[in-house]
This record gives sequence, structure tokens and C-alpha cells, in this order.
Amino acid sequence: MFEPVLLKNVYVPDGHLIATYEAGGGYRALEKALKEYTPHDIVELVKRSNLRGRGGAGFPTGMKWSFVPKRADKPKYLCCNADEGEPGTFKDRIIMERDPHQLIEGMAISAYAIGAEVAYVYVRGEYVLAIRRLEQAIAEAEAKGYLGARILGSDFNFVVHVHCGAGAYICGEETAMLDSLEGKRAQPRLKPPFPAVAGLYASPTVINNVETLVCVPHIVARGADWFRGIGPEKSPGPKLYCVSGHVRKPGLYELPMGIPLRELIEDHAGGPPTGRKIKAVIPGGVSAPVIPEQGLDVGMDFDSLAAVGSMLGSAGVIVVDDTTCMVRVATRIIEFFHHESCGKCTPCREGLNWVVKVLRRIEAGEGAAGDMEQLDMLCKGIFGNTFCALGDGAAMGLRASLTHFRDEFVAHIEERRCPFV
Amino acid sequence: MTMREKIEQAAARYPDRRSAIMPALLIAQRQHGHLPGPVLEEVAEILGVERIWVYELATFYTLFHTEPVGKFHLQLCDNVSCMLRRSEDLLRHLEDVLGIEKGGTTADGLFTLSTVECLGACEMAPVMQVGDDYHGNLDIARIDALLARLRATVPHSIGADLAAAEPPGE
Ligand SMILES: Cc1cc2nc3c(=O)[nH]c(=O)nc-3n(C[C@H](O)[C@H](O)[C@H](O)COP(=O)(O)O)c2cc1C
Ligand code: SF4
Ligand code: FES
Repeated sequence: MFEPVLLKNVYVPDGHLIATYEAGGGYRALEKALKEYTPHDIVELVKRSNLRGRGGAGFPTGMKWSFVPKRADKPKYLCCNADEGEPGTFKDRIIMERDPHQLIEGMAISAYAIGAEVAYVYVRGEYVLAIRRLEQAIAEAEAKGYLGARILGSDFNFVVHVHCGAGAYICGEETAMLDSLEGKRAQPRLKPPFPAVAGLYASPTVINNVETLVCVPHIVARGADWFRGIGPEKSPGPKLYCVSGHVRKPGLYELPMGIPLRELIEDHAGGPPTGRKIKAVIPGGVSAPVIPEQGLDVGMDFDSLAAVGSMLGSAGVIVVDDTTCMVRVATRIIEFFHHESCGKCTPCREGLNWVVKVLRRIEAGEGAAGDMEQLDMLCKGIFGNTFCALGDGAAMGLRASLTHFRDEFVAHIEERRCPFV
Repeated sequence: MTMREKIEQAAARYPDRRSAIMPALLIAQRQHGHLPGPVLEEVAEILGVERIWVYELATFYTLFHTEPVGKFHLQLCDNVSCMLRRSEDLLRHLEDVLGIEKGGTTADGLFTLSTVECLGACEMAPVMQVGDDYHGNLDIARIDALLARLRATVPHSIGADLAAAEPPGE
């Protein structure tokens, strides 16, 4: 049995209070980091752990940190990405609501490693309870000397501010988030320069996901070898999986990286409702290309999912059973991306508008001969031609639906109706 | 604390006052319910930033409302995980019992009904946010009980007679 690490406190009563967190060993990793390690040591430790970013892209965290210039005439910033807008994803919310100190400790150690004295946590505005709990936890941590000036007798100073989002999925894209933090409309920035060199207020900035940051105290406490020993060596660690849709036990599960998708769904999330069969699974939030039932033996880690043409993304696992129309699912996903497109580039803004129209008419039984070819062409026109990964994700996902469930699309067009209603 | 003091407190968290526009708009919206032109002007004045910057954010972000909304803003998620758990049945029911279409507000100004993108709570799909609170694992009976509870918080409202209905066993 796998012992939960990241969710250890989440189901403890009053897990969000500092007394509970300290009683479970909380803030000892911060103390160890400040007393036994230099910032450089922490960066090296995280590199050796092979921790990869949990926000979606899987970028090696230690490497990202090492891009921050050692000397800089400007302040450095840490930004925690808690925008969590990827449909199917709810892990960061649960961490912040039930164990906010774990995130604060993770931020403090990470900020020490990169030399930042200020962090902003960008939390989506809908997460009112998470925001309150985080603010309360920051006040508790300040009162106990885990945040503020000269933390635990060291010469490290660090404060955390909560920045509340206001409802735009694109703010989760890291450079759009920086614009939003600067008080502008959220639109992705051109890279380079990369945020590590010129990010928030043109200062060196590291952006990490909530789950990435909460791994850090455990790496400090238990060592890089322990972390690397969980799951595949190149993509290791304890992992949070959000399971929703047609399963008997939807919920948040912590298991090793690389666990087979089928095992996650059948053994942990209770499998599909009685009498139904799984038809398809979206493994990493709606940006991740859909996997048909035959493919469920894939391991849930960055490399294994990429190898089958999908991605781990945010590990938002959406299970779809055999009563469901895949054209409808695909349409709803593209409607989402179209709604959230920031409008900066034409292939995404106009291309998705067109895709939505074609998909809606197919679903309504009004599809025409040539619509499938048109969708193929639109995917091609969008993929690889957009400014940020939103447009690419939309096109990649649609292409997978068109490939794996082509029969269903064609049936809609030929029968001039949705076969599922 | 006055709105101005709250906004000043938020602004102190950033090296640049432009960064405080979003927090200031949230503070102002909590105070006024929505963000009409004069409130936007006031925010710009308090922060000492360009008015166009404030207008731009108030219209870009979906959580800001430049038009009035009902006392209770029912925000039903209809993204994939909620759709798979039949959120559209709930939408139809809400439209029926409230006598409005999505996007509309009841004549008494109590309820505005919207559909929203994923609320990040798919483990309890279907989900609806009302004000600050999430309500999950919804079905028609729970929706009815929730509406009754919300009406009961408003004295002398036309729906007050429904307040006696059972609250859901959560
Ligand atoms: C459209 C879009 C939305 C994104 N949304 C999120 C999000 O909600 N949360 C998140 O952590 N990362 C999100 N990302 C990924 C971030 O850009 C970035 O890679 C991540 O925050 C880096 O942190 P990590 O290295 O710890 O994963 C999104 C990316 C794109 C393109
Ligand atoms: S791909 Fe879409 S979301 Fe990304 S920059 Fe272009 S228009 Fe904006
Ligand atoms: S899809 Fe409704 S809460 Fe995520």
C-alpha cells in the first residue's frame, strides 16, 4: 500500500491550522533547509530528485530554478500558479483548503533556493474558501516566525501575498499570469525572454504549480533518492490524480507516478457505474487528447502518456462511459477553448470559432458531406500556428477525437441525427 | 474599514499600483454588488491609475460585473465532468422553477442564473456556485431545497413561504 505524502494532512481534522501542521512534523523541512543547506544545495537536491512541474508541461523544476541569475540588481519573485482552470482538475483547491501550510512551507524553501523575498500566489477568484484558508495560514505562519524577517534565526526574509484571479482560464498560462499580476489584461507574452530572466515587473521570476511546490518540503525532509525511487525514474514522485465523470468514486487520489490508468480507475475510483462500460478517458484535463478504452493500460506519467500521443497535463482524469456521445464531448471541449481564447492570435480566435460551428451542426444532425475533411483541415491550420499552448491543446484534442471516434462523427452526418439521443 | 482603506491595504502588497486594480475591483464589487461606471472611476481615482486600465480589466475578466446581478447569482457548471453527470437537467429545472432563461434575472431581483466553465470541483459534479459557496453532488431535490434556503434568508420575499421546506441532508 502506498502511504500518502502530499495528502497526509488533508483528511486530518483541522488540518488547515498551524498547530495540526506542526504536530505532523510541519515546518521542520524549512528549518532543515535554512540550517543545513545553502540555496545552491537546495537547487541541486531538487535537480537530483527529478521533480517535474505538475502544472501541465512537466518541465524539470530544479533546472528551471537554475536559470535564475545568481546575481541580479532587481528583486526576484516566486509565483505560485493556483489558477487551476483546466476542466477536470481540482487538486490544488483541495491542498489549499485543507493543508495550506504545506504550500507555504514549499514556497518558503523554494524562495530560499532561488533568492526571492516575495511570493505571489495567484488563486482563481472562485476559490473563496481556499483564499480565506491561505490568508489565515499566512497570518499564522507570520506570527510563528516561519514567514517575515530573519526566518528561524537565519538571514532569509520572505513574505507571501495572495492575488485573487477574476475568471479567465488563460491566466493559468504563466506569462499571461504575469501580465494579470501587473494589472493588465491576461495575454501570453512572447518568449524569450523567459520569466526566469525577465518575468514579473521585468525581474527574474519562477512560476510553479501548487503541487510542484508542495513536493519540495518532502524532498528536503526525505532526500532526492527517496523521491526518485517512487514511480519511473525520469518522471518520479508521489502524484495527485483528480478522477471525475463516470466512475463510482470520483475524488482526489494520491498514488505513485506511472500507475496504470486502468488501475487508477478500476481499483481506486471504483470503475464505471453498474451496467456501463468505459468508452474513453481524458487523462490530463481537457487539453489532453482522449484515450479509447483499449489504451487504458498506459502508465500515468509524462513520458508514457506522450508516447501514446496524449499527455499527463494536470492529471485531471475524466472517465466517459458507453452511453455518451463523443461528438458532444468534443463539442463541449472546443466550446470551452473558444470561450477562453484570449483573442491574441488568429488561428486560435477564428479557427476555434469555425470548429465550434461545424461541430455544433454535426451534433445537431445537420452535418454535411465534407465536414470531416473541413475539421481535419482546421486542426492542421491551428496546430503549431498559435502563440500559446491553448490553441495547440484544442487542436490536438480534437484530432484525437476525430481519429479514435471517427465512426461516431460519420454516423451523425449520415443518419442526420445524434445516435445517442 | 472603508473601501478606500481596503484598497490601500491591497495596494501595499505590490511595488506598482497598477497591480492593485484587480484586487480593488474585487473589493469594490463586494461593496456595491456590481461595477457601474462611477465605481470604476472611484477605483481609478483611489489608485491614481489610468481610467482606461480599470475599464479594461472590468470588462476582460468574467467575475467582474458591470451590470447588476441578482442577490443570489446561481452559477451552474456545465463543463465536461458536470455535463457527464447531467448538469443540463438541472439547468432545465432551474429555468422552469425560476421562470427565466440562462443569463436572466428573476423579476424580484433575487436570482440570476448563469452557466459557467469548470469550477474546479469536479469530484462533486454537478456543481453550482452561489455567492462564495460551492454546492456539489446536486440533483433536483437538492436544488429545490437550496433555493428554499436562499429565499428564507431574505425577509418578506415572495418566496418566503417556501422556506419551511426541508434543508438537504449534507
Ligand atoms: C492555456 C494554459 C493554461 C494553463 N493553466 C495552468 C493552471 O491553471 N495551473 C498551472 O499550474 N499551470 C497552468 N499552465 C501551465 C503554466 O503555463 C506553467 O507551465 C506552470 O504553471 C509551470 O509550473 P510547473 O513547472 O510547476 O508545472 C497552463 C498553460 C497553458 C498554456
Ligand atoms: S493560442 Fe489562443 S489563447 Fe493562446 S495567445 Fe493565441 S489566441 Fe490567445
Ligand atoms: S466540470 Fe464542473 S466543476 Fe469541473
